[in-house]
Amino acid sequence: MPIRPILRALRHHRFTTALIVLEIALACAVLCNACFIAVGKLSLMHIRSGIDERALAVVTIDNFDRQRADDLNARVVNGLRKVDGVQSVDLIDGLPFLDAGAESVSPDREGKLGSYSTSFYFGDPDALPALGVELTAGRLPRDSDVAPGDAAVVQSVITRSLADRLWPHADPLGKVFWCCHGTGGFRVIGVARELIQAQPRDDISVGNAIFTPQRSGPMLAGQYLLRADPARVNEVLRKARAAMATLAPDATVDDEHTGTLGDLRRRYFRSDRATADMLMGTMAALLAITALGIAGLAGYWVQQRRKQIGIRRAIGATRRDILRHFQIENFLIVGMGIALGVLLTYAFDVVLMRFYELPHLPPAYLLVGAVALWLLGQLAVLGPALRASRVPPVVATRSV
Amino acid sequence: MLGYYLDLALRSLKRSKALAAMMVTALAVGIGASMTTLTVAHLLSGDPVPERSATLYHPQLNPTMPPRLVHEPTGAMDYRSAMDLWSAHRADRQTLVASSPVKVRVEGSGKPPLPRQVLLTTSDFFPMFDVPFRYGGPWASTDEGPHARVAVISSALNERLFGGVDSVGRSLRLRDSDVRIVGVLAPWRPAPRFYDIWQGRYRHGNTESFYNDPEDIYIPLATGLDIFAGKMPVMPVHFCWDMSAEGASMQTAPCAWLSLWVQLASPAKVGDYAEFLQGYAQQQKRLGRYTSDQTRLQSLMQWLEWNRVVPGTVRMQAWMAQAFLLICLVNTVGLLLTRFLRRSGEIGVRRAMGASRRAVFTQCLVEAGLIGLFGGFGGWLLTLLGLWVVRQQPVAYADLAHLDLPMFFGTFAMSIAASLLAGVLPALRASRVPIGFQLKTL
Repeated sequence: MPIRPILRALRHHRFTTALIVLEIALACAVLCNACFIAVGKLSLMHIRSGIDERALAVVTIDNFDRQRADDLNARVVNGLRKVDGVQSVDLIDGLPFLDAGAESVSPDREGKLGSYSTSFYFGDPDALPALGVELTAGRLPRDSDVAPGDAAVVQSVITRSLADRLWPHADPLGKVFWCCHGTGGFRVIGVARELIQAQPRDDISVGNAIFTPQRSGPMLAGQYLLRADPARVNEVLRKARAAMATLAPDATVDDEHTGTLGDLRRRYFRSDRATADMLMGTMAALLAITALGIAGLAGYWVQQRRKQIGIRRAIGATRRDILRHFQIENFLIVGMGIALGVLLTYAFDVVLMRFYELPHLPPAYLLVGAVALWLLGQLAVLGPALRASRVPPVVATRSV
Repeated sequence: MLGYYLDLALRSLKRSKALAAMMVTALAVGIGASMTTLTVAHLLSGDPVPERSATLYHPQLNPTMPPRLVHEPTGAMDYRSAMDLWSAHRADRQTLVASSPVKVRVEGSGKPPLPRQVLLTTSDFFPMFDVPFRYGGPWASTDEGPHARVAVISSALNERLFGGVDSVGRSLRLRDSDVRIVGVLAPWRPAPRFYDIWQGRYRHGNTESFYNDPEDIYIPLATGLDIFAGKMPVMPVHFCWDMSAEGASMQTAPCAWLSLWVQLASPAKVGDYAEFLQGYAQQQKRLGRYTSDQTRLQSLMQWLEWNRVVPGTVRMQAWMAQAFLLICLVNTVGLLLTRFLRRSGEIGVRRAMGASRRAVFTQCLVEAGLIGLFGGFGGWLLTLLGLWVVRQQPVAYADLAHLDLPMFFGTFAMSIAASLLAGVLPALRASRVPIGFQLKTL
């Protein structure tokens, strides 16, 4: 099919062509950026945490006397162990999708060899296996690893990804890293395959985390990790929550920090889910509106060119030729729209990056957006093009 | 003449119902998306104290010292700086605020303690911020000593604990101390909780919690320090420049945690206060208590802007919706064009019978405006639907999402303006239809 005659025909419809090109270009820009943000949110929401989420729940209490924390911890832990269905209860401070100590750590005391932001999780030594964290090297913490309050260097388990950052080419076991302006030292006793930062965001590295075993006391009290059969975890949590009224009558249960790990993940990603839903809704509406616009203008063109179509049919063009004409014409116009759209997409991207700390848009999204718009264009033009192909040759002879 | 054009426009809409319905729907969807997000953004960026905001100012100092020296005024102040400035009484009114979790119960009710937020403040808080009272009133400024045991509670807490009756004079157990209720607030919902947002700049747009309900309990600062034995157990927001002070009394800790607010009625007073603030900072620097003598005095609205209180997701949604509306508009331009040009024959006849180009242009614009009016109506319904959806979301500002009068008229104004704008080019093209050619092809 020769393209030149089609282009020449389009010259007679410069204004309408420009309109479709503009609409496609804008749609392309919004579509690609919305899709990029939505995919980012969705993949963040399904991020792997490295812990056995399905079997875990947490109960957090507030407003108790920290000076008598040991007494409270013993009462609550023993009481919760008696709740039907509970497999283990451990003291913990900080969990993924909740919060945890956020500090920067360095391989040297002065912090000159680089510093990396991490999450610090604290808990009794059994809390780490209860979380279901897998080790790739070293060993799990033991009771003897729990340091007295004034120890200069504390034993810790760190993630593989943090170990690779701190000591890129060396065995991390036994090495010491520093935190908090050189005031705290930590010795690596084990390396975890995976443990996510407490508050993963798309703009930071999420694999840096540290687990430090601690003793029950004022600094480790009020948060209890429950493990149960995944099928019963909701029910077990409900019973444990109810038991707190008798186990710690003076404290108040912090419902925002209480739930199954599934609840915590859902709550943490609530606004990301809402944003992703909104973006997908926008994309669907956008495609529908754009298709409507293309079909409307194509229908007008067909009506306007009835006579020309008739003449072409009369001098030998087949129905297929007419159909092809409109399809190729649409392909060319959408192509022009996409070409302009690429520029607009990157303009949007630059603006979004300034305000929302997003990474650059990968070119793959442009490809997907382009294909989607081409398909949409073909779909929208099919009806009018078929109508055009059914224009009988006899039209050419009328009213000339 | 306008009546005639309207009649023509209605006839033409009736003639091609499907196309007209499509155009109205496309426009309505664009307007609905745009107005829903704009309404939410408008409500969240509104003035939380409309009568007073112009006279409310937030002074800032830089009390930080090494090792964690910062290089701009901090959002909050340490206890000593805040008390020095507050007790100087250089403004028309001044108050201090800090929020903390606390457990509260009614002794003898047999119910378990409730976790609530308490605001430590001073008596000026209530008149300064126009806080409405249902029963009683603020405590007297003479009740600001360390042994006063008085409190003001929110209407929601009064409903929960006392079933909504006048509870003034009743007592309430906060942590381990009893306080006497002196006032009960009428429902009060400032959006955002503007007085306690000082860390907003560092939240990367995660500012949704600023739109939570305000605190349920208000007590004098000195009482609060007394009840908490000088140590805030879990001060939710504070910034310490020396971590070795952990566990120190909040009165001496090297930490910023108190916000100071002042009311200044005239520009002259604002100037005087800025000078006083600068003088204080310089004096503290000379004394060696400060490293820097930076100060800043921002009005309430500037302070909201500075802390970027409107959540990032809300702003992004608003921008997305405007881009979407733009696409809907381009679409409308195209569809209007086909509409008008399909009627080239009719226009040719009108022109041949003496209608001026201007008349044809006006007629086309009237038709576009009519579509805008219908689109505005549909957009209004979709905006109501959109806001209903927002209200079903589990977000802190869900209860705020209602269409107010300006936004209601805005919906129609925007729709008609958009359709007229979209109609200008097609109407121009239609009015240039050559007469003779069209007549020949009839």
